[in-house]
This record gives sequence, C-alpha cells and structure tokens, in this order.
Amino acid sequence: MSHGTAAAPHVHQAPTGFWKKYIFSLDHKVIGIQYWLLALTAVFVGMGLSLYMRLRLAWPSGEFPFFGGAQMTPEMYLALVTMHGTIMVFFVLTTAPQGGFGNYFLPIQIGAADMAFPVLNMLSFWVTFVAFVVMILAFFVEGGAPIGSWVAYPPLSAVGAIAGPGQGMGMNMWIISIGIFCLGALLGALNFIATTLDMRARGMSMMRMPMTCWVWFVTAVLGLLAFGVLLAAGILLLLDRTAGTSFFVPGGLVISEQLIDHKGGSPILWQHLFWFFGHPEVYIAILPGMGATSQILAVFSRKPVYGYRAMVMAMCGIGLLGFLVWGHHMFISGMSPYTAMVFSVLTLSIGVPSAIKTFNWIGTMWGGQIRFTAPMLYAIGFVSLFISGGLSGIFLGQPSLDLYLHDTYFVVGHFHLVMGVAAIFGMFAGTQYWFPKMFGKMMNETMSKIHFWVTFLGVYAIFMPMHYMGIVGHPRRYADTSGVDFLAPLQDMHVFISYAAMITIGAQLLFLFNIIWSMMKGPKASDNPWEATTLEWSIPSPPPFDNFGGRVPVVYRGPYEYSRPGEAKDFVMQDEPMK
Amino acid sequence: MALLLALAITGITLASMYYFMPSSGYWLPPFISEYGAAYDKHFMLTLVITGVIFFLAQIALAYTVFRYRGQGGKAQYILGNPKLEIVWTVAAGVIFVSLVFAGQNIWVRAHIEAAPADAIKIEMWGQQFVWYARYSGPDGQFGRTVPELMKESIGNPLGIDPEDPAGKDDLVMPVMAVPVNKPVEVILRSKDVIHNFSVRELRIKQDAVPGLENRLHFTASQIGNYEIPCMEICGLGHYQMRSFLQVKSEADYNQWLIDSAIQ
Repeated sequence: MSHGTAAAPHVHQAPTGFWKKYIFSLDHKVIGIQYWLLALTAVFVGMGLSLYMRLRLAWPSGEFPFFGGAQMTPEMYLALVTMHGTIMVFFVLTTAPQGGFGNYFLPIQIGAADMAFPVLNMLSFWVTFVAFVVMILAFFVEGGAPIGSWVAYPPLSAVGAIAGPGQGMGMNMWIISIGIFCLGALLGALNFIATTLDMRARGMSMMRMPMTCWVWFVTAVLGLLAFGVLLAAGILLLLDRTAGTSFFVPGGLVISEQLIDHKGGSPILWQHLFWFFGHPEVYIAILPGMGATSQILAVFSRKPVYGYRAMVMAMCGIGLLGFLVWGHHMFISGMSPYTAMVFSVLTLSIGVPSAIKTFNWIGTMWGGQIRFTAPMLYAIGFVSLFISGGLSGIFLGQPSLDLYLHDTYFVVGHFHLVMGVAAIFGMFAGTQYWFPKMFGKMMNETMSKIHFWVTFLGVYAIFMPMHYMGIVGHPRRYADTSGVDFLAPLQDMHVFISYAAMITIGAQLLFLFNIIWSMMKGPKASDNPWEATTLEWSIPSPPPFDNFGGRVPVVYRGPYEYSRPGEAKDFVMQDEPMK
Repeated sequence: MALLLALAITGITLASMYYFMPSSGYWLPPFISEYGAAYDKHFMLTLVITGVIFFLAQIALAYTVFRYRGQGGKAQYILGNPKLEIVWTVAAGVIFVSLVFAGQNIWVRAHIEAAPADAIKIEMWGQQFVWYARYSGPDGQFGRTVPELMKESIGNPLGIDPEDPAGKDDLVMPVMAVPVNKPVEVILRSKDVIHNFSVRELRIKQDAVPGLENRLHFTASQIGNYEIPCMEICGLGHYQMRSFLQVKSEADYNQWLIDSAIQ
C-alpha cells in the first residue's frame, strides 16, 4: 500500500509568487526552514534571558542595560526563569529538531516528494508561530510576564493577580500560547506519522530507514500522545483562572488575608497531567538529537551504525518507558509513597536503552576512519554530554536520594546537560551536516571549529559546577543567595558560572555570523559533500521543488553501506542497484 | 584534532570527578537525623557507581576518537555484536535497578513507616513568604482553623477558632524548635500556594500543598540552629522565605515553650 502511494508522487507545480513561495508555502523544505528560523530566533531570545539571569545571580545589586538603569527585581528574575524555560523547551527543543530538520529531511530521506498533508504542514508551522508571538507578548502585558517556571504549578498559577506579580494577564497569555503550541504540535505529529507510514519509496522498508527517520517517527508518536494531555490540562487551568472552576484549586485558600473563592480542586492533579506530558517531552527534545548523532557518527566514521536493530528497539523502548515515569518529578509532592517506588524502578530502567545507545555510538566509531569535520565534532560532543547529563539522572530517579536533591541546582545541572545542551549539540550537528543541502553552500570550517571548542568547554564550565552547588543544597529558582546563610560560600561559584556563560553566549554570535556569512559567501556545495549514502545526498543542493526532479527514487539497500568489503568506494548510495 | 579532542574529554572527566569528591569542599553538611547515615552511604554508593561508569564511558569515547582517527585506510565493516549487546544491556539493567532497591530502605523509613506514637506533633504552615510552626500546647490537641479568620493583622495568621477550646493553648511561632533525640512528626500545611519544607541536615524534603496534610517524621540528634529554605517556587519572595529548625536540649525546649506561650 505504502509503496504504491509513493510510486505516483504528488505532482504540484512550484509556486512563483513571493507569498506562496516563501511565506505560506506548502513545500516541506520551506516549512522546515521556517521552523528552523523560528527556533533560531527563539534560542537567541531564550539565551538572552538566561544571560540576564546569570547577571543577576552573580551581581545581585548590579544595574544592567534595558532595566532602566535599576536593579533587577526578584519578580523579574522569576519571570526570566519562566520565559527562558518555556521558550527553550517549546520553541527551541521541540521546534528545530522535529519541525525543522524533520520536515525538511523526512520526506527526502524516505524518497517522497512532500509530506503527506502539505496544507496541514503549513498550518502547523503558522500555528506554532502564532504561539511564539503570544508568548513574547506576555512580557508586555499588565502585571508583567508570567511567574511559575515552565511547570506553572497551581494554585500559584491558578488564582490570578492576587498571588503576586506575573499571575495576571501574563499567566493567561502563557497558557494560551502553550495551548496554541499544542495544536500545532498535534497537527505536525499526525503529518509525520502518516508520511512515515505511507509515503516511503519503493524498497524503503521500515528497517531500511535512516536512524533519523526512526527518531522523527517515534518522536511524532510521543507528541501525538503527550501534547493532547497538556492541551486539556491547559484548558482546565485557564477555566480555573477565568471561569471560576476549581479543577486545581482546593477550598479555603487565603492570600493577603483574602479568602479565595474556589473549592474542591487538587493541585496534585495538575502535576500528574503536566508531567504525563512533561516527561515524554524530554524525549521529544532529545530523540531527534540522538538520531542525528547516530547518522553523523556513521557518516564520518565511514562505518555502518553499530547495532541498527538494537538502536531502533532502544529508541522505541525509550519512547514507551518515557510515558511510564512521570511520577519521578513528584516524589516529594505528597503523592503515595508506594507509587514513588514503582516510578523509581521504571525510571532507572530507562537507563538501559540509554546505555545501549551510548555503547552503540562508541561502537559505531570503533574501528572507523574518523573524519573530524564540524558536524562530527558536535556529534562526538553530544555523546560526551549525554553521558554526563544522563548519569546524574541515576541520583534523581531514586526517591531516597531525591529527598535531599529535589529542586536543588543538581537538577538544573542534570537536565541542562542532557536535554538542554546535548539536544542543542544535536541541532548544531544537524545544522552543520545539512546546511550544504539546505542552502547549497558549505559552512565556514574555521568559524565552526572555534564555535565548537568554546561551546563544548563552555557548557561544561557552566553546568558541571551546578551539580556541586546542588550537593551543597542550593535551591533552584532563587533570585539571589542573600536570603539563606548556607548559600553565601557559593556566591563565588555563581560568579564563575556567569563568566563562563557570558563567554559561551558570545560564541553563539559567531555561530549566527557563520550561518549568515556562509549563506552569502560560502563555497558552493556539491550534491554529496560528505560522501553519505542516504537519499538526500542523491539530489542537487539545494534540492529542486519536487525533491527528486521528476525521478521516482527506488531503494535497494540499507542506509549505512560504508566501507563494505568488495566495493570500490567506501560508500554506496541507498538508491544504487545491486550488482 | 583527534588528540586535542581526546585530551579535552579526558580533562573534563578528571576535573569533573575531582570536584565531585567530598574533599572539594562542595559536600552535604553533616547530618543530624536517623536517615543521615543511610542517606550518605547510599549517596556515596551511587556516586561511586555512576563515577566509574562516567569515567569508563568518557575515556572509552576519548580513546576511540583518538585511536580511530582517519589515517587514510579503510574502516572496518562491523554491523554489531548481539551477544555483547545483550551482556551490556543486562549488566546495565541489573546495576541500575539494584541501586534503587539498595536505597529503598531510606524512603521506606521516611515515608512508609509511620511516626512513633510518642512523636511530638508540630504543624508547619507555609504562606507567601513566611513559615509558621504551630504547637498544640499542654492539651495535646490542635484547635480548629478557619480560613475566614486567617488574619496576621490581628495576630491570628493561622485562623485558630477562638470558639474551639482545643485551640486556646496553641502556640504559633516563626521558627520550629524541637527537643534533641525526641521523635517529631511534622504536619505540612499551606495557606495559599505550594511551598516546600526541607532541612539539609535532616536529609528530608516534602512539599506543603494546600488542601493536603503531608507528613514527615524525624529525630534530631544534634543541638543547633538549622535553616529551612523554601524549595518550591511560590512567588517573588521565594528566595527569602526561610525559617529555622532549632534543636534544643529538653530543658531548653520546655523553657522555650513556656517563654513563648507567655509572650
């Protein structure tokens, strides 16, 4: 069935007008670049916010530009925490790896002319874009940007302006933006699943798909199951705030000596719904990075992916287990202590597929002929960061140890390494790897390497010390260290981290400059500059409107025919017929 | 490039591990509760196991990167090794899951075992951005609380009902004093949003959730003054929401109760 569909690709004409071609385009490649640009914008906004957080943490009484020459208030700091987390998780980690690279390369890698539903695809991007605009506008409404961190726990987030700054219109905007984002993500997920199942070229069986296609597929399934729950939870929270319902607010609350007019709700219910989404979201963020890493390690080691079948199973295992561990975010919330024990066993079980992946990444390079191109450097960086960030999860997944470490900087260090910068290294790697295909130009190698080195050392200098602060007991989401005596000795470390952050953030400007410079002045890319085997490298750079230029690709081989004995070259393209 | 990368990964690994050691000075404070010894032991066990895996994995990565740098030959054609894969998977599974079971006793003692019957009951109330500890007084009964009456401005922040005789002798204090070596049960309550009660030295932490009465129990074994920072984001004053756990000798504790009641 699927093969029959792909054999007769949609024939749609390339649009000629500016709006149809670049703005409301139905072309998955344009939409992919739109997602990628949205994430690029969002990551610089999110990083800018973190820069201000770091300034306040290192120099609490300092006066910084854009704050009217005044000190940053604690409520502003918390608004930055909230917006930084939200923008990074939703508009960067969920947007670029899946919406960006997935949109651009899934159809090409499986040999299709476009996604299954091009109009839906355009809609999902523009819906996501509107969500971003609403989120940014939350900075400028009365009462200020929302405060609640990216988890927005009620009652704080549910009772309105009486609970303090950021709980008024800003919080409504936050919820509405997240709701809109969920819609876009659901539409996108449907499209990815349908495309993967139905649009594969003749010969492209599931087990001949590149690892990247597998991760986009699994991620889409996770998204389809997770975002619906968040959407529902968001609607309930909005109703609590605006329509007088009490899903998440219990009776008898008193704030500023005023009785709150709610009763019968449960704050814990929100945590269950939020984390039922929130934990799979972690994998939505990291799986595409894992796929890109697997792909890139194989290409530049000139070897097949080690244990392809085990990698696919590990990926599916992570996806499944990812839905069964949300309670490890709630060990100390007051839920039943028996459930905590079940969740901890399931959580630590996720270490198993993660261990398989790490083992196989090293296995992929073992015995190879490694080419240290820029994309390869980021992929190796990804593996190192994934090991470092993943292992601290072994502490946090145990309720016994969480009794001390919960909500300390140990957690901040852990998730920033693993789902933050490891995932972002996946994006760096993807950008470097696919840039020649997307824009027809090579990126500047020197700038790329300088950027890699500063960023790789920089992120370790930022996030490793946070673990040490967490072991001392430093709580998260503190505007400064003045309120608690035992934090005073950690102030020097805050200053160190802030310097490291400033240098690392500075290096990102070089990355941005490299992108712009290379788009304009970069040397022209050939069809297959990396000597890779998957289908996107069998077509021109950049690809024509219908991807394969009227040709119907047929696949004869698996995705990783590198250094196969008896072949003349050290790679054989997937669409090269068997002799 | 290969050598540089291998050295960088090795350097990061060794430096990270150095600072993870107690001797770095970044360490847990000495414990004062019955959970402390088991907690610190299990923390150390987890640290050693993850430390060994961390070291081996990073060094394997560094070695591979250096050893198999491109030198113009042909790469080996290896598709995988199912036997090795299974061994590795089972080993990882056994190590990770047995770690959970090895540490489970701390959780069971803190959360599944009930507090001793003779434990002193103290209610710890969170509100934006202060803590109130309530003692039941000589009658051993907490008085009824009424949200409508919760007014700090008239000296009744917890809304203790004056009609309820059990509440007449209740004592409400901004700090929590406890006698040394006596079991204590803390009942966590909140007036408004979620807060979090934790004392580093006790090695315990629990949310104070409005509408729920979360419980913790402990026996403090060292006289001293320990900080109670709020650990759940509760609004702009979160970072300054702090109380103290004052562990006193039994005589001092009784005197403190009397002195505080008079005020």
